[in-house]
Amino acid sequence: MNKVIKYVIYDIVRNRFVLSYTLLLLFTSLAFYGFGSEGNKGVLSLLNIILMVVPLVSIVFTTIQFYNSYEFLELLSAQPISRGTIFLSQFWGINLSLCLAFFIGVGIPTWIYDGTGAGATLVLCGLLLSLVFVSLALFACTLTRDRAKGIGIALGLWFYFCLLYDGLALTVLMMFSDYPLDKVSLALTALNPVDLARILILMKLDISALLGITGAIFQKFFTSEKGMIISILLLLFWIMLPLLKAYRTFLKKDL
Amino acid sequence: MLVAGSVTAKKYTVSTPAALQRALQSASDGDTLLIKSGKYPVGNLVITRRLILLGENFPVLDGGFRNEIITVKSSGVHIEGIQFENVPQTSTIDYAGVKVVESENVTVKNNRFRNCYFGVYLSATNKAKVTGNDIAGTPREEQTTGNGIHAWKCDSVFITGNRVTGHRDGIYFEFVTNSAVKYNYTSRNIRYGLHFMFSHNDLYEHNTFENNGAGVAVMYTRKVTMKHNQFISNWGASAYGLLLKDISESRMEHNRFYSNTVGIYMDGCSRSVLEKNEFSENGIALRLQANCDANTISNNNFTRNTFNMGTSGNTTYNTISGNYWDNYEGYDLNRDGIGDVPFRPVSLFSVLIERVPQAMMIFRSFTASLLERVEKIIPGITPDRLMDEKPRMKPVNLASFAANKN
Repeated sequence: MNKVIKYVIYDIVRNRFVLSYTLLLLFTSLAFYGFGSEGNKGVLSLLNIILMVVPLVSIVFTTIQFYNSYEFLELLSAQPISRGTIFLSQFWGINLSLCLAFFIGVGIPTWIYDGTGAGATLVLCGLLLSLVFVSLALFACTLTRDRAKGIGIALGLWFYFCLLYDGLALTVLMMFSDYPLDKVSLALTALNPVDLARILILMKLDISALLGITGAIFQKFFTSEKGMIISILLLLFWIMLPLLKAYRTFLKKDL
Repeated sequence: MLVAGSVTAKKYTVSTPAALQRALQSASDGDTLLIKSGKYPVGNLVITRRLILLGENFPVLDGGFRNEIITVKSSGVHIEGIQFENVPQTSTIDYAGVKVVESENVTVKNNRFRNCYFGVYLSATNKAKVTGNDIAGTPREEQTTGNGIHAWKCDSVFITGNRVTGHRDGIYFEFVTNSAVKYNYTSRNIRYGLHFMFSHNDLYEHNTFENNGAGVAVMYTRKVTMKHNQFISNWGASAYGLLLKDISESRMEHNRFYSNTVGIYMDGCSRSVLEKNEFSENGIALRLQANCDANTISNNNFTRNTFNMGTSGNTTYNTISGNYWDNYEGYDLNRDGIGDVPFRPVSLFSVLIERVPQAMMIFRSFTASLLERVEKIIPGITPDRLMDEKPRMKPVNLASFAANKN
């Protein structure tokens, strides 16, 4: 498996996409940390970039990479290697390169310029989000063999989680505002990995002061140790669920 | 001291509880009791003559959770350098470390209070001085914990340089007029750092109120002056840096509100002036309820707050002008330091969470900023007439806030 992962990474590094992604992240973070001399401002500005760009790049890159290496996958399947190994090597290869890019692009500048708990949470959440969207992309890829359709589904997923979902959640909350919604809002948050990541980071920034006024349950949950662990577990769950589904499909799939 | 010139003044030096009791009984007006360092288990000591009680190296008067320690019923008493310990909680009588009843010119200076139900209790006492005391309690529940410094129906009292922690309210005033509260530091009290009601014409300067249960609450009072105070880290579901409830004709000037859930909450206030204050890193910096009128809010700095302003209606009976808002995005073509476009400090999102608090879950998401943009262009939900006509381009230069702790 390690050998296959090595070849996947080699393939990825060769086409320079990951390199430019690293540089993009690096320049953005340096720019934000350079400008924002005030406290957590850098982390806050980076937050929006990370919540939009990281999922988009992860999901699009993975989809393209998967379809591009379709022939390689077919070739590997002819070898005495199990389907599971092929699939997981693809997953880990893409993940390792994207996570490394993110770590160099955001992790290191954050560590140098920020160094607080909020910064660490930002990096952790960025890494987890990369993983989530890689596995969502693989899920989209295994659904169809048609490249255009696959990319369409992947973009649709990104659109849903990053843009549409919050609007829908807001509509639901407004519609049922006469009812107690504390637990509903918690559940709604759990159903979107991007929201989970955003709230985890926001809670580490000082603005959690505000959540004192709004729904005590919400604040208590996310600032407690238990809440933190549950949120991270939920994010891991968001990685596992699409991955497992994709894995199952890939095992039986007619390549 | 005061009575040094008096020929008849005698000086008693006591070192045992029994001697202290005897001296209290035999001393007459103007005498001095020097209490040697040591531990004195005492009952209730009632002072009915004009005495000076001086402690040497903080002798401990231990109430043993049985009784009030000192009850002053005479004017001109001076109590200094004594440590008061262990005053029980009672539900009918408010026991205190030092209680002053219907007297004048009493001084309570540089004492320590530990585990006292109430620390210093002034009742119908005028011209008292409470200075440099260190008051620390062990808080239980709100109903079963007393106030650090409690004043009821007093006039012209001076509360300066005290530290109060672990009580219900740090400093509590009710019907206290023409008084001054300066250079005090109250922290970690379970309810309010400072709490007053019906206390007109009072002055509050250079105090620091930090990390109290619900911040500072002042109510039903007119002509209050608050200057150079700091309100720090008052966090919680119903915590405020400063709650102004039915306050009128008052001035809040050059105060600092840092890291509170709500910086100032103004409810039913009128004809008051908020000037040159600094609001930073609060949840909502200033909450101006619609029932406030004729207040002037000018030359304040609002920086790094989650929301700069919140309100409950669309009324505009207040003057908001010349403040600095860090999220102002206008321009200044004639370069006079005043933005050319008026600023609406109430954001859509702060109105939204007013209606649906749980909408907080989409805070700082892309959707939220999109809605905010749209609202900025065409105000539909936010109060469109509530605005600062002359927003500053740069922060007001404020004198630095020296550490008020002492």
